[in-house]
Amino acid sequence: MSTRNLELEVMRYDPEKDEAPYFQKYTVPCPEEWVILDALNYVRDELDTTLAFRWSCHMMVCGSCGMMVNGEPSLTCKTFIRDLPDKVRIEPLENFPIERDLIVVFDDVIQKLHKVQPYIMRKDAPPEDKEFTQTPAQLMKFKQLTMCINCMCCYAACPQYGLDNNFIGPAALALAHRYNLDNRDQGKSERLDILADYDGVWECSFVGACSEVCPKHVDPAAALQQMKVDGAVEYWKQKLGMTGEKK
Amino acid sequence: MSRRPYVRPISKTTWFMRNGRYKIYVLRELTSFLVAFYSFYTICALAILASGSVEKWDSFITAQQCTGWAIFHAVALLYFLFFQTFPWFKLAPKAMPVQVGDKKLPDSYIIVGHYVAWIFISVFILWLAGAL
Ligand code: SF4
Ligand code: SF4
Ligand code: FES
Repeated sequence: MSTRNLELEVMRYDPEKDEAPYFQKYTVPCPEEWVILDALNYVRDELDTTLAFRWSCHMMVCGSCGMMVNGEPSLTCKTFIRDLPDKVRIEPLENFPIERDLIVVFDDVIQKLHKVQPYIMRKDAPPEDKEFTQTPAQLMKFKQLTMCINCMCCYAACPQYGLDNNFIGPAALALAHRYNLDNRDQGKSERLDILADYDGVWECSFVGACSEVCPKHVDPAAALQQMKVDGAVEYWKQKLGMTGEKK
Repeated sequence: MSRRPYVRPISKTTWFMRNGRYKIYVLRELTSFLVAFYSFYTICALAILASGSVEKWDSFITAQQCTGWAIFHAVALLYFLFFQTFPWFKLAPKAMPVQVGDKKLPDSYIIVGHYVAWIFISVFILWLAGAL
């Protein structure tokens, strides 16, 4: 098995000691089939036990290992050493405050995820003694959007969020859109109202960076564009005194 | 153990230099200057028309026929094509996905549809303007 020495440049920050983050270098002998997360675990196990970072599943499911790898927001359990040059720079996800080393503070987006009311809302009572039905075609409308694992790579890529974090941002808006498209839901107009008085969809300039970095192909940029269309339609419906609910 | 999250500063003026994706984005946003210019240009043309003077209109038209202007319009056209038209049509299937039954209509159908409509409308406008 061939190994290669990888020079890792890792951003470090200890809130109790450091004024500002700095880079620390580690040389890691990596088998070619390793991912960046393996290299970081090697550093922590063999070289420096103080290095802090998050991970859990090592299989693109938990969404906790997102970091900047050579400037690109990436899931480190999905980023193979063999695809990278000999020098790799690892930083905590951009656009978020650093808690410690490679760990960032997600409080802001967690609160935004709540804000968009990501659950089925009904105006009328649910069917009695029956479940809501949904055909495969109805599910297809939003299935891709359910793939999000909240890794927040999209927020790290979004220039709009970086400049102004009042913007709700890609994953939360994609989540809102997922419920708007669900045939069992009747809360679309309420959700669109929230988005209208917040820095909602219109802040997005369709750079598409979020979709390019999304490891689960959720395509938040597409969801945002569709919401712009929905938002405009809803606006005119309300203007013209028609209500915009799904029947 | 005290918390003291560190916020990395982002330059308000040079943030887009961080990566290629942002640079292209900013280049695309620059088309707004051309949009502003062409709006102004159209308003001027309308004002000259509204003044009712045939000489003024004729001299405005002749002034447009120099090489400098032709090059400017050609460059502007290319800039728009590469930073607006092509990317926009490429993204159109994202903004308006079409689902037939439980299958998505292939992106290429929507993209080709946009190009066909674009050519059709352009030819129609040229015909209206008497250029064809
Ligand atoms: S949309 Fe994609 S990049 Fe954004 S949080 Fe979800 S999985 Fe991660
Ligand atoms: S498409 Fe919108 S949400 Fe996505 S990165 Fe760009 S500005 Fe941000
Ligand atoms: S460790 Fe769970 S997504 Fe990477």
